[in-house]
Amino acid sequence: MNKKAIEGEATRSVVLAGVGGQGTILAANLLASALVEHGYDVKTSEVHGMAQRGGSVISMVRFGSAVASPLVPYGEAEALVATELLETLRNLEFLAPGGRVIASRTRVDPLPVLQGAVEYPADAEERISSIAPESIIVDAAAIAADAGDARAANTVLLGILSLMLPVGEDEWLAAIESLVKAKAVEANRKAFLAGRRLAEESA
Amino acid sequence: MPEKKLMTGNEAVALAAFHSGALFASAYPGTPSTEILESFSRFDGVYAEWAPNEKVALEAAVGASIGGVRSLAAMKHVGLNVAADPWFTLPYIGVSGGLVVVNADDPGMHSSQNEQDNRYYAKAAKVPMLEPADSQEAYELTREAYRMSERHDTPVMLRLTTRVCHSRGLVETSEPETHARVPYEKDEVKRVMIPGHARLRHPVMVERLAELEELSNDFPWQREERGAGDAVVVTSGVAYQYVKEAFPGVSILKLAMTNPLPRRLITEFCEQYKDVYVVEELEPYLEETVASLGLYPKGKEWVPRVGELNVDNVRQSFPELAASTGVEAPVHLAHVEGLPPRPPILCAGCPHRGIMYALARQKAIIAGDIGCYTLSVLPPLSAHDCQVCMGASITMGHGLEKALEMEEGESEADSKGSHRVVSVLGDSTFFHSGVTGLMEMAYNRGRYTVVILDNRTTAMTGFQDHPGTGVTLQREETSSVNIEMLARAIGIENVRVVDPYDLDECRKVLDEEMKRDAPSVVISRRACVLRVKDKDRTAYAVSREECNDCGLCMRLACPALVKRDGEVMILEDACTGCGVCAQVCKREAIKV
Repeated sequence: MNKKAIEGEATRSVVLAGVGGQGTILAANLLASALVEHGYDVKTSEVHGMAQRGGSVISMVRFGSAVASPLVPYGEAEALVATELLETLRNLEFLAPGGRVIASRTRVDPLPVLQGAVEYPADAEERISSIAPESIIVDAAAIAADAGDARAANTVLLGILSLMLPVGEDEWLAAIESLVKAKAVEANRKAFLAGRRLAEESA
Repeated sequence: MPEKKLMTGNEAVALAAFHSGALFASAYPGTPSTEILESFSRFDGVYAEWAPNEKVALEAAVGASIGGVRSLAAMKHVGLNVAADPWFTLPYIGVSGGLVVVNADDPGMHSSQNEQDNRYYAKAAKVPMLEPADSQEAYELTREAYRMSERHDTPVMLRLTTRVCHSRGLVETSEPETHARVPYEKDEVKRVMIPGHARLRHPVMVERLAELEELSNDFPWQREERGAGDAVVVTSGVAYQYVKEAFPGVSILKLAMTNPLPRRLITEFCEQYKDVYVVEELEPYLEETVASLGLYPKGKEWVPRVGELNVDNVRQSFPELAASTGVEAPVHLAHVEGLPPRPPILCAGCPHRGIMYALARQKAIIAGDIGCYTLSVLPPLSAHDCQVCMGASITMGHGLEKALEMEEGESEADSKGSHRVVSVLGDSTFFHSGVTGLMEMAYNRGRYTVVILDNRTTAMTGFQDHPGTGVTLQREETSSVNIEMLARAIGIENVRVVDPYDLDECRKVLDEEMKRDAPSVVISRRACVLRVKDKDRTAYAVSREECNDCGLCMRLACPALVKRDGEVMILEDACTGCGVCAQVCKREAIKV
């Protein structure tokens, strides 16, 4: 059952970026579901089809008392949650001034880099931090692996994000239980909490 | 307060069809429409199917409607091109059970070969059209579409776009209804469109259109939002959401029924304002009618006609309107320039890779088709020469062969068109619209080669079953097409099957069949690597002793092969053990 609808709140936005196959859509759904649990009006946008074959993908989540556009305008995202460094750099223009990058220190080489045709930006992490000083960049896959499943890296990042949002821990965990496959729930729960503790410690 | 649920536009349409008592749905998968049928198929007591193509899907839905059942056909925009034949005559015969045709356009071409604006199809066929702006409206307008369909004896188009299909929003549902099957009654004057009958039916359609325009003028979902200032924006679909944010507080006429357009409503509302703007995605469909009413709208001269709209480009289209709202565009960081692009690619272990590589090395002129394999057009594989629509590989190849023969003469055996042209298409695409092409090749004495990439699924859209897999959408076992026997029955004597992981075999068979002065079909058969359950294959590795970093294997464009600091290596986690790279290597440097 949804909580009482939230009124009088302007629309807020989060952009999730990654590489096709990294689970960005599920992460966006987890976030959206937790926000609905909390009583927000929520809209999301995602990309299916050809873009999923290892290409760049972004999902968007917007919430408030009445959301109009499912797409996030440039400069309006309070957080950019990214599972890959190059995709973080590619989508920085969505960030609001003072917005926060929450990224995994993961490098997935696109084909032109695999082929040796162009260089992967070796200083990606430094560039992100210099452009967006509020960045939190962690080894999300390693933290997720400790929690029991390296594929839950997204959920670690959501755990970090969770401290920026007024959504309660119980609402997050309810979202994880309702959306994640039964056998992966425990690892995702732990991954989420690991991210959340990490953010609490560094806050 | 009733509980609201988060769902995509596609899920909302499926649920609304179910809540309307629809019992029959047919579609061919196509982004962004695919999940409509997948969602609908999971409801209790319904019949849902994957048809071989959209024409078949629509015709089956027409039959179900004649049979008295509320029915649904769903397709992407280019699918309606395939279904255009029944589409234009269907409104002549009308419906018995309500019939909703869901059409999903793809502005911005996220996963499509063009961005045609299918609203013109509704207008051209005199079919009423509803355009939801989010999941809630997708639900409500689908419910309304069934009522409208039966009340006015017409199919109804529900026109979605990618950002409605694949956006989630909260949906509040209404009371489900059951729909009693309309008893079948023979009515051949209404349902058999010989010219004499069709001449009787066309005037009925014209009258119906006039009735529908009256309905459109008073349609409850046409929303008049009175705001500040002396400007009004006419809009529809998801563009409405962008207008709301780009120009907060402005007056809006938001149209949900966009064929026939409510000309009286538009005139009466817009006349109250000094400046009339039209914001819509793709073509100036609304604008043409608004302009025809003498309202002098500002539209496509300023609003992008190409690609998707968003809050940013809508705001930039009309800075004077943005300024009048007093809300500033947010400042944002500059786009980081010079980053490596990340195009979609064939997966590691993709069975298309080996055979496409072999074809490119044969210097074939490759007439390609629609599917994952189209990605082989990108360098370094560069294994496509032309591609236009589903099934066109075989037929374009036919014309190509004939033209090349004219140019080169029959004498130079090595340069014969039939020895160079190869058509390539997937199994699902072959069933969709390749079979008639194969008849064209056999009947009209084509002598080129058709390669059917049989990966046992419809991969690009998310692994849907098709007439060759032996399983239906609702997981029932069924017959499966035997491609070899079908090709032989059509008249192709040379039909061969290869394993695309066996590069030597592929090369040998392609070489023989391309040189043959007779038509041939080569079936490259191996299941999509993403569908293979048995993952315990051994990864390959590059032996530093043998490897001289020549880079030949890199031409396979496999994401498991990487060149770092000049050295070729295999990413163990990514390698599926297909072994194609090991066969490409001339120094036997790639080993298990």
